[in-house]
Amino acid sequence: MLEFLSQPWPWYTSGIVIALVMLVLLFFGKSFGFSSNLRTICSACGAGKTVKFFDFDWRSQTWNLLFLVGAIIGGFIASEFLSNGEAVQISQATIQDLSALGISAPDGMQPEEIFSLESAFSLKGFLILLLGGFAVGFGARYAGGCTSGHAISGISNLQLPSLIAVIGFFIGGLFTTWVLMPLIF
Amino acid sequence: MSKSEAISWFRIQEMFRFQSFHMYGIIGTAVVLGIIITYVIKKYKLRDFQGNPIIFTPKEMSFPRYLIGGTIFGLGWALTGACPGPMFVNIGFQYWSILIAVVGAIAGTYLYGAIKDRLPH
Repeated sequence: MLEFLSQPWPWYTSGIVIALVMLVLLFFGKSFGFSSNLRTICSACGAGKTVKFFDFDWRSQTWNLLFLVGAIIGGFIASEFLSNGEAVQISQATIQDLSALGISAPDGMQPEEIFSLESAFSLKGFLILLLGGFAVGFGARYAGGCTSGHAISGISNLQLPSLIAVIGFFIGGLFTTWVLMPLIF
Repeated sequence: MSKSEAISWFRIQEMFRFQSFHMYGIIGTAVVLGIIITYVIKKYKLRDFQGNPIIFTPKEMSFPRYLIGGTIFGLGWALTGACPGPMFVNIGFQYWSILIAVVGAIAGTYLYGAIKDRLPH
């Protein structure tokens, strides 16, 4: 059993679990949207005093913050107890493309060239993570949702705005992948 | 999420290079099931555990907001290999450098709140 759990799971298990998470949240009168937590964190840190957008009762969002804590705990359990430490099994084509950019084949979950502490505290690595994170936070709020709110919840509800947002996710993602990354690396 | 490697930067790269079905399979399965779940809840007017009707608020229609915001999000998603949820799963995974991206994401959210009235929506 543990051996089975320790292997990477096929894509459909994850898809099913994500849909179940949405169902459970709906059943409890909530909705599935993760990036709202970033707004809640701003508000909880007192941003509501200076910016109206953050002036709301952030405590009403405690359930979603608990979901965030759950995500951290889930990651911890997966890495400590359910991991066989194997590298991510990405396609050979991706490995080749990335090695042309100077990024070596996976050794774990994340590339050393960006995520090792040494890289993360080099100027380049630091800026990649900081600016990348910044764009994610800014863009998610501007678009009114992230992958969970738009790609999953929104499209499940057949919302055209969510489809537009997801098209935007891909325009941005493809631009970074094909135009920016060869310039950065 | 982590058990299907959806939190991996490599998997996101593979997705944006259209070199594997993996991420599309994850999102596709979730969306197909999500559409069925949403349809059934609406059709049978199902209620939540407190007996309140489950309401789906339609998103306000706009073009620039979703396209521009979405594109900015995508730029960052491909760069960090993580959208907001997986960022926090990565903390649990003890990839501590992701904290830099989390700080960036919170700062980005703050800046949006501060200048939102001046942006096209």
